[in-house]
Amino acid sequence: MAALDRPVVKPRPVYLNLLAIRQPLAAVVSILHRISGALLFAVGIPALLWAVQRSLASPETFARWQATMAHPLAKLVVLGLAWAYLHHLLAGVRHLMLDLHVGVDLPSARRSAAVVFVLSLLLTLIVAVRLW
Amino acid sequence: MVNGVVQTGSAHYGWRDWLSQRITAVIMLLYTLLILGVALWNGGIDRAVWQALFASSAFKLASFLFMLALLWHAWVGVRNIAMDYIKPTAIRVAFQTAVICVLIAYAGWTIQILWGSA
Repeated sequence: MAALDRPVVKPRPVYLNLLAIRQPLAAVVSILHRISGALLFAVGIPALLWAVQRSLASPETFARWQATMAHPLAKLVVLGLAWAYLHHLLAGVRHLMLDLHVGVDLPSARRSAAVVFVLSLLLTLIVAVRLW
Repeated sequence: MVNGVVQTGSAHYGWRDWLSQRITAVIMLLYTLLILGVALWNGGIDRAVWQALFASSAFKLASFLFMLALLWHAWVGVRNIAMDYIKPTAIRVAFQTAVICVLIAYAGWTIQILWGSA
């Protein structure tokens, strides 16, 4: 009975190995929200400003911009950024809904996470079809 | 913020950041819907529609508002990421300073694009 006399002291803080845990879909959507946001900051904003500037400056720069955009690699970048924007936007709308206490119970929250995940991929697919 | 300790390089205003992140998000959402509406209305956006759009003062102001919302939103987001992953204070503050400089430069670039002669 000696074990019961001693208070059980767990080592804290507890560090979880996130890579060893099977993440629920909401967690995956959450980390993708962060990753897509970082991508939009690092690549999306300069690419957006560059594209708008080139497309507006003159007919020549517009034509050259169009030619650049026709390149498969450029299309791939646009597709990646389109996914990042769509995922970030939809995950953001889900966040706003949760803030308004809409769909906060577990089944609803799981369902909306799946909707964000699938819908952003479907819309990205539409962008891909339009690009190629 | 962990255990009541405010990190160097945080703006110290959690509530303000939480709210501004949502307000800027809604502004960007509305602008996105506006662009989508223009595209649907015109059956796509060609160069003529694009140029006419950016010739309008109202659209220029809306675009400027969108960019300011985007840059502010990016600042709050990138700062949160930096606070989570960059532990050495000097490196974190240096990184955040660089991000602020880049975002302000983007704001200047936006003004050049919208109201510049080039």
